[in-house]
Amino acid sequence: MTPDPPPATSVDPPRDADMPDREHDRASQDAPVGASAREIAAGVEPRPAPERATARAIRLRDVNAYYGDAHAIRAVSLDYAPNQVTAMIGPSGCGKSTLVRCINRMHEEIPGARADGEILLDDLDINGADVDVVAVRRAIGMVFQKPNPFPTMSIFDNVAAGLRLSGMRGVDLRERVERSLIGAGLWDEVKDRLGRPGIGLSGGQQQRLCIARTIAVEPDVILMDEPCSALDPIATLKIEDLIQELKERYTIVIVTHNMQQAARMADTTAFMLMGELVEHAPTEKIFGRPGDSRTEEYVTGKFG
Amino acid sequence: MSATTPATVLPAVSPRRRRADRIARGLVLAFTVVAIVPLVLILYFLVREGLGAWSADFFTTDPTGRFLGDPGGIRSAILGTIEMVALASLIAVPMGVGVALYLVEYGKRSGFANVVRYFVDVMTGVPSVVFGLFVYIVLVVTKVAGTFAAWKGSVALALLMLPVVTRSAEVVLNLVPNALREAALALGAPRWKVVTRIVLPTALPGLVTGSLLAVARAAGETAPLLFTAAFVLGANADLSQRMNSLPLQIFNDVGQAQDRLVQRAWGAALTLVLLVLALTLVARLIQRRSKLAP
Repeated sequence: MTPDPPPATSVDPPRDADMPDREHDRASQDAPVGASAREIAAGVEPRPAPERATARAIRLRDVNAYYGDAHAIRAVSLDYAPNQVTAMIGPSGCGKSTLVRCINRMHEEIPGARADGEILLDDLDINGADVDVVAVRRAIGMVFQKPNPFPTMSIFDNVAAGLRLSGMRGVDLRERVERSLIGAGLWDEVKDRLGRPGIGLSGGQQQRLCIARTIAVEPDVILMDEPCSALDPIATLKIEDLIQELKERYTIVIVTHNMQQAARMADTTAFMLMGELVEHAPTEKIFGRPGDSRTEEYVTGKFG
Repeated sequence: MSATTPATVLPAVSPRRRRADRIARGLVLAFTVVAIVPLVLILYFLVREGLGAWSADFFTTDPTGRFLGDPGGIRSAILGTIEMVALASLIAVPMGVGVALYLVEYGKRSGFANVVRYFVDVMTGVPSVVFGLFVYIVLVVTKVAGTFAAWKGSVALALLMLPVVTRSAEVVLNLVPNALREAALALGAPRWKVVTRIVLPTALPGLVTGSLLAVARAAGETAPLLFTAAFVLGANADLSQRMNSLPLQIFNDVGQAQDRLVQRAWGAALTLVLLVLALTLVARLIQRRSKLAP
């Protein structure tokens, strides 16, 4: 097994092409591909065509979150603009993951945890009494810190899992799986082994598989909870490039501990400290001339 | 750098500590050997005494019950054990896994779940004769659909298996990483689909292993069948009738005066042990295919 050159049909942006990539080592380039696959691949190159002109916005109004008696999020109000990447930074335990988990109502899955305040998807309050939590999570997808493909499922089934689990009907599974894998930049590496177990992939490929799984249900918003913290720098770069492509179709919120990562990819950055939102501003402003001294101390490495 | 370091800075191990170490090692080794001796002896006697009783007729004929002449084989006992244990498994395995699913996926740390857990622990320790007695009082004495019946024996065995299945299933379900549940929930899966499509398939090898070990345990029980399924000579497939079983066959034969009957007990015992051994082996093999950490 020798490392193959980057695939000729790659949907990755050009700057990726001269980057050594050891994740391609098992992907064969000359294996036959179905005609439909070629058509679809050709149709979306060089990057997936947006189905909607814009994604949706998320607005938080006075959101509080608790674990039992512990007050983890204190009255946070924050707007996530559509088709933008917003980075959430702050020291460990500041509540950035908790806040993000409130947005797709995963926070309430933890025993004893609860949240209040308004979270608006465009104009719809996702905590509304007549809102189905299942529908909320379909509209607001999530990628987790550790790649978590379903161990009993093949690559194909992993991507199709969201459609099957949420009972979506009338979807051409094969077509959607292909499109999602292309969208996640994984298609060329796995197209010849869709029936193999998802956990047989490398860590970076597994995370892109999880991204493919998330975009397969075509959400409006994608939440990412430190998606690169378990990955090596090359796999991290691939995911960062991918996120830049994804923002054409989705509103993206990404929690990160890596400030360079936030600076590289986020349009706006929010800094949190001890459950409170300190500052939310364009990324250049947060890292260049922050409006709050605590933000400045954090981004210049004086604490945290 | 290390060349300049004197080699004598660390003190040598004291002779006293060396001696204590040797004694401790010797002791635990001795315990292990003493514990293994009876196990080996059991297998040795089983094979020595039991193998002599084995023949083609031994497995293909029913006990005749004749005082003189040919005593017959153990066909009805083997069939009876398989039938009753199968029915008991059909009752206990789905129920036990169901209870474990409730505890892990829904009840969690709630007060009711903790009470259930406590009762399951207590049930695990209840002697098997008590389950037999319970079914005797509730189903046999009250003449529910006749007196002694195979299905009543199955109920007693199922009661015995239930806590074992529940306990092992709970452990296995807890091994399923929470990240998988969260991934499925975040995709918009309703909870019942998370359980049936993600949690159960992931835990399946472990669930099968735990259930097989419970089956193996039930197959060897005498007391729950003693006054529920009772004893009978012939083989039958009717679970509403009395039914023979390997443990009861052994129990009856070993108390008889004739050597041939005692030998039949040994043969039946060897059969039973091999049956249980096979189940355990299959359970171990399935366990190895599990994708979950131990």
